[in-house]
Amino acid sequence: MSSELRDLYQEIILDHNRSPRNFRAMGNPDRKVEAFNPLCGDHYTIYLAVDGGVITDVSFEGTGCAISKASASIMSSMVKGKTVEQAEALFGVFHRLVTGENVSEDEMTAVGKLAAFANVSEFPARVKCASLAWHTLHAAVTTGADTVSTE
Amino acid sequence: MTTTTPEAVGRSRPAKAPAVFDAAAARKDFPILGTLVRGKPLVYLDNAATTQKPRQVTAALVGYYETSNSNVHRGVHRLSETATRLYEGARAHVAEFIGAAEPAEIIFVRGTTEAINLVCHSWGRPNVAAGDEVIISGLEHHSNIVPWQRLCEEKGARLKVIPMNDRGELLLDEYERLFSDRTRIVAVNHVSNALGTINPVAEMAASAHARGVPLLVDGAQGLPHLGVDVRALGCDFYAFSGHKMYAPMGIGVLFGRKELLSKMPPYQSGGDMIKSVTFDRTIYNDPPHLFEAGTPNVAGAVGLDAAVAYLGGAGQDAIRRHEEEVLEYATGRLGDMEGLRIYGTAREKAGVISFTMEGVHPHDVGTILDTEGVAVRTGHHCAQPIMERFGIPATVRASFGLYNVKADVDALVAALGKVRSVFR
Repeated sequence: MSSELRDLYQEIILDHNRSPRNFRAMGNPDRKVEAFNPLCGDHYTIYLAVDGGVITDVSFEGTGCAISKASASIMSSMVKGKTVEQAEALFGVFHRLVTGENVSEDEMTAVGKLAAFANVSEFPARVKCASLAWHTLHAAVTTGADTVSTE
Repeated sequence: MTTTTPEAVGRSRPAKAPAVFDAAAARKDFPILGTLVRGKPLVYLDNAATTQKPRQVTAALVGYYETSNSNVHRGVHRLSETATRLYEGARAHVAEFIGAAEPAEIIFVRGTTEAINLVCHSWGRPNVAAGDEVIISGLEHHSNIVPWQRLCEEKGARLKVIPMNDRGELLLDEYERLFSDRTRIVAVNHVSNALGTINPVAEMAASAHARGVPLLVDGAQGLPHLGVDVRALGCDFYAFSGHKMYAPMGIGVLFGRKELLSKMPPYQSGGDMIKSVTFDRTIYNDPPHLFEAGTPNVAGAVGLDAAVAYLGGAGQDAIRRHEEEVLEYATGRLGDMEGLRIYGTAREKAGVISFTMEGVHPHDVGTILDTEGVAVRTGHHCAQPIMERFGIPATVRASFGLYNVKADVDALVAALGKVRSVFR
């Protein structure tokens, strides 16, 4: 397998695709937002419970490619227990990471598992897959939108 | 420096097309096929999206701009005469190529989408009223759905859809039953871009005509693979894009029977579509110019002319036989792969294999194939109702052109093996 490919489909991504974490509907969520990537048919619903500015629970369900599903799964496991501001800051770094912008070593350390998505920047067509869940989370905490679409 | 003279621009057609198509030789006409993608030789299997261009076409474009560029139907100067001759020559050659009765039945547009929009606007609006019905098929590309949907919404008309079976073949009995005394037009594609089904459009046109209903064919995928004789087909309109038949982007054709075109009001308005203008009144030009407001894509028409000459020289029957052979080989090899499911198994197919791989999203398949240099399309192929019909969000689509050979299929199969090794 080419190293380019191994870098994109890292074991952690394949693992979260096979066994997505927090992959369930949530009863009485504070926010529920649908996410679409019309170009490839990715379709997820993301649920949030927020208490006093802290994300107390995140879950998601739906279908899509390995990159989008693993990204939603890893995001859900990372932002649970974080404040909305901390989650937004992670999104900021993640966005720069997948679009190939400069990310400092300290930031790279801080984002932990998200580093697995660094090579997505080599595949511009897949950036939307990787960031779909994050854009949806961002919309959920900053706007009243019920749906998010990449197009 | 040598430049191509205006007279040499455009075409050179051998007297008789060969019986057998030499794909290996033809590949040399397409420089892009010799390039590398991500360090691997390009295996281009996205021809239903757009085809690559042979040197003959790009040379015609460059030759036109370097020796003949001018605006058409205007100047008395020599260049304008040359450009007009090339542009109208392209129209005549296209008319001959598709069996139109005369060049005036050929309207140059941007592509299939614009051609269908033109018909919706200039034929549909005057002829479709509240309570009327338009028949399309479940196999259509969005470009042959949405314009009709909008027309029906505007007029309070009803859109009826011909269903298909699990092989992706239209149900002709159901088609017959959809007609009523309110049916105004039928619009159907020649070949499905998502599944490859060849629709029996001649038969369908005869059914429509028996009821006095005209029929439009979306030929975007039909013409490149099958060629067309519009009179033998019996269609009233035939729309196609240059860029899917080895010509440049931005040029396409609407064929319309003269009898219909002569009763249609203009599409866009402006220069070239008029005979005279005063502030009180405008006298319109005749078809086809009536439908070609503004400066046309002359270079595109010259490029299309060169593509028509290329296809005519190679022989569309010979190309078709070659493509059938490659498609059959691909169907066999992909069909042998475990966990691979082909969507669209019509008895009459051309150019396309749509499939999914168990446990792997088509988008991931597409990315991994790309790292092997294999270009395919993944997604809904602008035909979401078809995906819905089969209960899937997307497929991987390999689509073939005249330059594809069995080795391309082998490369696809090998790359699909890589997909398996990533998603064990």
